[in-house]
Amino acid sequence: MSNKKDQTLDGLLSGPAFERRIRIRNFKDKFASYGISTGGIAVITAVMLIMFFLVYVVAPLFTLAKVDHVATFDLPGGTQESTLYYGIDEYKETAVRFTQSGQMIGFNMTTGQESYSETLPLNGEKITSFSVVNESESLLAFGLSDGSVLIAKYAYKVTYPNNIKTITPSIEFPLGEEAIELASHQIDKLAVRINEEMAVMAYQEAGSAQINVKSFEVEASMFDDGLTLSEDSEGSFEQQVEADYLLLDGSMRNLYLVSESGVTDYYDIADIESPELLQHVNLLPNDDAVSTIRFLLGEYSLMVGTNNGYVYQWFPVRNNENIFQLQEIRKFKQSDSPIQKIGIEHARKGFATVDQSGQFDLFHSTSERHLDSLTTDKKGAQFVTLTPRADGALVETTSGQLLTYHIDNEYADVSFTSLWGKVWYEGYEEPSYTWQSSSASSDFEPKFSMVPLTFGTIKAAIYSMLFAVPLAILAAIYTAFFMDTKTRQWIKPSVELIEALPTVILGFLAGLWLAPFMEANLAGFFSLLIVMPIGIILFGLGWSLLPKTVRLWVPEGKRAILMMPVVVLLGYFAISMDQVLELTFFDGDMRHWLTASAGIDFDQRNAMVIGFAMGFALIPTIFSVAEDAIYNVPRYLINGSLALGASSWQTMMGVVLPTASPGIFSAIMLGFGRGIGETMIVLMASGNTPLMDANLFEGMRTLAANLAVEMAEAEVYSTHYRVLFLSGLTLFIFTFFFNTLAEIVRERMRRKYSSL
Amino acid sequence: MKSWFNKGEHWIWFSSSAVSVSVVLVFGLLGMIAYKGLLHFWAHDVYSYQVKSGEQVETIVGELHDTKLKLIPSEVGVEREEIPEFLIKMGNRDVYGTDFKWINSLDVIDSQTKLADHVTVIERYEWGNVYGQLDVIKSNGVVIASGAEVLPKLEQLTQRGQALYEEIHHIEKVIIGGINYQIEELRLERKKLEASGEFDQQAANELEAQRTTLNAQFTDLQKSLEGMYAESRGLGEVVLNIAGDKQVAVQIRQIVRYWQPNNMGAFEKVGFFFGSIGHFLLDDPREANTEGGVFPAIVGTITMVLLMTILVTPMGVLAAVYMSEYAKEGPLLRMVRISINNLAGVPSIVFGIFGLGFFVYIIGGSIDDLFYSYAAPTPTFGTPGLLWAALTMALLTLPVVIVSTQEGLSRIPRALREGGLALGATKLETITKIVLPMATPAIMTGLILAIARAAGEVAPLMLVGVVKLAPALPIDFNEPFIHLENKFMHLGFHIYDVGFQSPNVEASQPLVYATSLLLVIIIVSLNLGAIMIRNRLRERYKALDS
Repeated sequence: MSNKKDQTLDGLLSGPAFERRIRIRNFKDKFASYGISTGGIAVITAVMLIMFFLVYVVAPLFTLAKVDHVATFDLPGGTQESTLYYGIDEYKETAVRFTQSGQMIGFNMTTGQESYSETLPLNGEKITSFSVVNESESLLAFGLSDGSVLIAKYAYKVTYPNNIKTITPSIEFPLGEEAIELASHQIDKLAVRINEEMAVMAYQEAGSAQINVKSFEVEASMFDDGLTLSEDSEGSFEQQVEADYLLLDGSMRNLYLVSESGVTDYYDIADIESPELLQHVNLLPNDDAVSTIRFLLGEYSLMVGTNNGYVYQWFPVRNNENIFQLQEIRKFKQSDSPIQKIGIEHARKGFATVDQSGQFDLFHSTSERHLDSLTTDKKGAQFVTLTPRADGALVETTSGQLLTYHIDNEYADVSFTSLWGKVWYEGYEEPSYTWQSSSASSDFEPKFSMVPLTFGTIKAAIYSMLFAVPLAILAAIYTAFFMDTKTRQWIKPSVELIEALPTVILGFLAGLWLAPFMEANLAGFFSLLIVMPIGIILFGLGWSLLPKTVRLWVPEGKRAILMMPVVVLLGYFAISMDQVLELTFFDGDMRHWLTASAGIDFDQRNAMVIGFAMGFALIPTIFSVAEDAIYNVPRYLINGSLALGASSWQTMMGVVLPTASPGIFSAIMLGFGRGIGETMIVLMASGNTPLMDANLFEGMRTLAANLAVEMAEAEVYSTHYRVLFLSGLTLFIFTFFFNTLAEIVRERMRRKYSSL
Repeated sequence: MKSWFNKGEHWIWFSSSAVSVSVVLVFGLLGMIAYKGLLHFWAHDVYSYQVKSGEQVETIVGELHDTKLKLIPSEVGVEREEIPEFLIKMGNRDVYGTDFKWINSLDVIDSQTKLADHVTVIERYEWGNVYGQLDVIKSNGVVIASGAEVLPKLEQLTQRGQALYEEIHHIEKVIIGGINYQIEELRLERKKLEASGEFDQQAANELEAQRTTLNAQFTDLQKSLEGMYAESRGLGEVVLNIAGDKQVAVQIRQIVRYWQPNNMGAFEKVGFFFGSIGHFLLDDPREANTEGGVFPAIVGTITMVLLMTILVTPMGVLAAVYMSEYAKEGPLLRMVRISINNLAGVPSIVFGIFGLGFFVYIIGGSIDDLFYSYAAPTPTFGTPGLLWAALTMALLTLPVVIVSTQEGLSRIPRALREGGLALGATKLETITKIVLPMATPAIMTGLILAIARAAGEVAPLMLVGVVKLAPALPIDFNEPFIHLENKFMHLGFHIYDVGFQSPNVEASQPLVYATSLLLVIIIVSLNLGAIMIRNRLRERYKALDS
């Protein structure tokens, strides 16, 4: 009978069917093992991908520009005449060269083939001076030998004959083909600015030491793009330096006379009829001389090229006496021979230079970056123009050739120094840390300084730690060491429940309830700091004086419950003291007193609100880890200390805390890491102004909140987008650092405990 | 006393107070949210105030919304006082221009708590509440009920109006919405065919035929809708006398519901309370989200969280099983473990920008290029949406699931694994038949914690798919029933949006408190569930150990 069973069993456990089953099982096992390993590694890699992705998005910010040579051809229109200006279309397919005699030669940017040729309507006069009115609109002014001025605009049309994009250059005369009568003699120097409302022209006639200024009212025609000028007022003054360059800035109120030696007269011509000399100065070192000069985009900064290969940036800055004075802001040097020409970008503060030795350099002024350098022609270069989208350049060499380049220079406006250092922006009185990513005005330069955001992040984290750390650690000490098990079982989860509360709710309460409440009861909140400790000590003392029977009624392990109504009452008392305190010490209104008497700025949504609200959110993180650390201190250490006669608090300080200190340290680190990254509370309760002020009563903008505010509106792959990713990366590194530190310390402590 | 301090007794008091403060803050906060949130649903009494304004006396009728003490600016030598001010919700926004008014208690003549007489509150689909006394019901300018008949007639008409409203809503949203969806599909189908060059006359005819059928259906529906609209307009209007000797006529079809709070008994009020909760949970938001319910936000949150759970479970379990059962123990694994632990501490907004940059722009953009190029330039997946939000949240909560699962796996006694192997089971069989079933509670704990975190997290969602007002729910009756590319609404974001971005913060605050309460209830109960499962788990292993 049993034999038969054995046989059946043997039959089942051997034979081909059995073998096959084993094989299938083994195969499944192998297969799963590979599958799980691959899947597991894939998931882990995907998680690690986050950091690499952030770096991948940020990296292009710090790459240099790439300048590639495209074509070389002979100068269209020949070398006998010098070039006044190059106009290039937006697609950098065609360009137009304006020559000294008023010729305009259109040509293809890649082949150099001439496609167009025309002459300006000069009526037999000669061009004696030239001024670029607006670089990005290619609006030009030509001063003629009869004292008149011709305004011309280079334009191009895009048409699609036979479905092929064709660009035809053309020339327009917004003020008519007729030159404007400006002076009676030949105009030697000319500076012209025109906007929608007014036009200002400054000029110097041949043989005269007078500089004349005229302003016009501009009227737009109802029917076409044409403009009409009507003379408004005029003024003149005697020049004090022999001006070689006459420059009028975009605001039409700052006029600069610059001589070759660098001596500059700075006139305020806001009142055209009486120009005022603001400054007479030479900003160049002695052995330097001006070789070329022009405005940067925005027509505010002067870019001065010298014969020693320097490029200086100057702009007027308001001084202590409220007067604008021209100042050297920064300088660039890459070459040793005289700078021949400076070309500017049309959308950013970038520029390019060529020098006598034929070297081409690409810079960005605000970020102080030198982006690329190359030699165009050993014999020297004399003219450079950047394309409207800054993706190409045109260089004219001394030997009569034209070179075209392709430029890949997407992220020049940001550098390590501009992100983390002070930057002197145009119109600012001093270098500053500024974050201002967008603005309503069009010629606005975005300001990306990470410093105010990082400062705000740390400020928010520190103020909330000031609230959270003492509370959480004291609570952890009591819960782990003094509390009885039964109470601990519900107290610990209750405190940890805070972690689960959505921060958006905390933010909402902080911004809409706590902030106004705190503003109304400011003195009351400060009195909490005094009332609470004193009240608690008095209550404790009073308790110890009670008869023993009453005292034993609440054992030491349940004191937290006893204290609950007490702290509520103390809190209520402190807040209701507000009235009295404000009347006694702060003339009835502390908030008003702060601004008026103490001179402290006050925002309703301030660091104090953040400190309370975010501090509250940090309590469970710190409490939980610190409590674990204290709770796990080996019992016999405690018993030993108590047996030797130490009081329980002495044991706590002498034995438990030193042993658990690494755990407490890591709790604080974890809390700090969390405080740095918290988004919603700060977003809703901090006011979000990127200030650099440690003031308790002012708000801040943190890296995380800034991401939440600006990320959705940043154009994909723009500088702004990448800078925002950089702030994300900064956050990531911050928190990763603090968390790893905490983790390592905790790991060590665990090993120490297990050896104890 | 000196010895009291020497022994550090005061520090023990301090530390116990720290615990008390934390606990008081937690429960105070929860209590406040619960109180303010539930207050939103209560039928408040409506008071009538006689208020001096200049020479005249004005009557203000409304709910007492808030009271605050205002400091009266002092004259020299005069003691300052704080005077209570009342914030009255007086409704009738179409007449008065605002919902709320602050009145100073000094200006109130006679009683400050005088109930308004027989006041009726009507909640409308537009323009908020009306507070006033019922006068007559008119239809086409003819009075059809007055005096005591008004109330029963109003009841009857409102019920009819409600029924019509629901029917119209159903036809417009569900049926016509479905037809529009199909027409849109046809348009895309055509673009798709055109893009692939397969668009010929036959296809054009086919599509056109389908379109015509749909259009015909649409026209039919439109007609029946017109009939219903005409009927609902024909229901007439109820005229109320409101404070300030004015009259307001409310179209019956505009009425959401009405009640007479001052004439309600306690039971009626409780009934009304639960009715309000029902409206809050099941209605669509109105008036730029500041009134009505949060139904779409609830659906959006649940859909996103479920999708996230589906994504995160296999990923988390796979990674954890690999790390604790297959991978070789060593410094590399330790580093990976620390990194994954740390990832749980990385700010959620960083996950948000990762989701936006990687999922939406790179993966979504590629999907659009490959499969939806015919819809260009309108992005299909290359824009924030449900799928990307769920994926981002899955990544965000992955560390939680991995860590929790690993913990569960490591708690299983080695003997059990060895037993399985010794009996001839393969490693896979041991894992799937012995180890994983035993670790299920740990996995569940992790998942619940992950869900709780995902439900409460807002910052990353703002970047990857949440909107303040989604035109359509992410799940509906049109194929494929769940629309992964749709944008959706979310309770947490609703709080942020209504609380901070709405034009009328004062009016919307009660709703925000109610939404907060809902969110807190969901999350706290999820967390309590996780704690309970964890406790059970511990007991189970205690049994195993012994």
